[in-house]
Amino acid sequence: MEKRTEKNVYTILFSIGMVIVVGSLLAFAASALKPTIDENKRLEKQQNILYAMGVNENDESSANFVSTDVAPELFDQYITKQLVIQGNDITEDDQAYLIDVKKEQANAKAGLERKLPVFIGEKDGKTYYIAPIYGKGLWDAIWAYVAMDEDMVIQGAYFDHKGETPGLGANIKQRFFMDDFIGEHLKSDGKFVGIDVAKSNADPKNEDKTDNEVDAIAGATITGNGVAAMIKSDLKLYVPFFNNLKK
Amino acid sequence: MALLSKKDSKLILDPLTDNNPITIQVLGICSALAITAELNASIVMAISVLFVLGLGNVVISLMRNIIPSKIRIIVQLVVVATLVIIVDQVLKAFAYELSKTLSVFVGLIITNCIIMGRFEAFALGNGPWRSFLDGVGNAAGYGIILVIVGFFRELLGSGTLLGFKVLGDPIEKTGIYAIGYENNGFMLLSPMALIVVGIIIWVQRTRNKALVEDH
Repeated sequence: MEKRTEKNVYTILFSIGMVIVVGSLLAFAASALKPTIDENKRLEKQQNILYAMGVNENDESSANFVSTDVAPELFDQYITKQLVIQGNDITEDDQAYLIDVKKEQANAKAGLERKLPVFIGEKDGKTYYIAPIYGKGLWDAIWAYVAMDEDMVIQGAYFDHKGETPGLGANIKQRFFMDDFIGEHLKSDGKFVGIDVAKSNADPKNEDKTDNEVDAIAGATITGNGVAAMIKSDLKLYVPFFNNLKK
Repeated sequence: MALLSKKDSKLILDPLTDNNPITIQVLGICSALAITAELNASIVMAISVLFVLGLGNVVISLMRNIIPSKIRIIVQLVVVATLVIIVDQVLKAFAYELSKTLSVFVGLIITNCIIMGRFEAFALGNGPWRSFLDGVGNAAGYGIILVIVGFFRELLGSGTLLGFKVLGDPIEKTGIYAIGYENNGFMLLSPMALIVVGIIIWVQRTRNKALVEDH
């Protein structure tokens, strides 16, 4: 006689049962954990923005955020204003840091006016303008928070990624890469040019801050190009805002 | 009485040497190429696979008598994917920092052929305890190779180990860079992982002729 587990009816019933069990298990886990996960993501955004303006716990070589316990408090303390630029309108919105840059990019493609959040931070008498940018690396999304002064000179940056190759593209979130951006000019002769992640860089120690170039990571060409591309396309949109500041 | 019987300890020890999943069974090569550019990533991956393979083998082994043989591969895939996703979600909620480090590996773990290979070859025909040992053993054998490959690729490719500049600073020209040594950037690219694995296979088979296959 045929074994029970060989029968077609059994196979079909088993698969139906498996789908129901696994489906409800995953649905339960996802919905039960969602509030906690969302809260983690919110805190992370605050940590990222604070990191970009230099409020962090970096030690000699590694990048460390301020702890999640103090992040909301420090965020309120250092970020004095959050603005949303939409066309010619600039509005204040203290939830601007929750704006989903990816969604706004899609909106812009669909012909809607894109919301551009900018966070204004004050630290030691200096004003920082922090903008979130979003792009794609080799495998998946990459994004960053870039802090600039009113001349669009970078004061700090935090890069992150969803799934770049560990040891190669994933290194964009390492200090040796991010710190290279500090002091780099986004403009050249008053015009916006962005920053190139250059392979044939004659300046590996990064002493020339006005060359609009930082040194690329070996083995991470496409991730590096993605970084340069998102800086160019997303930060360019902020140029009118910065031009208005100086008037 | 020993902790493990002779037969059981063989399940753990064999995959470390003469039945290594990477060098002998030639499974899991894809992830060995992908994530061994630095030692740290190799270690994280090894621990993750140890966890998933140990647990997955037990689950499959418990289900072995009720799994319809016609769709067993699909069932195995569903089990491993569910396990990995649940672990990922729990980490995201309660250990967010850790989950960010691991997020890249999640996809690689699900598609790791060692996991499917051990489900199919062992867990479907053995009890849970032996399956657990087999899972741990194979994951450890896989981990050892990852760590060896990661060690050489990071040392020769970036001149660092676990991020520490053990050979000096290539830009400031200190340490052995002062006498003209250069990092070999080629070590960071995946073909070199294959070559390092090849060298390990060569060394292993030279030492133990019994492993050489006849043609």
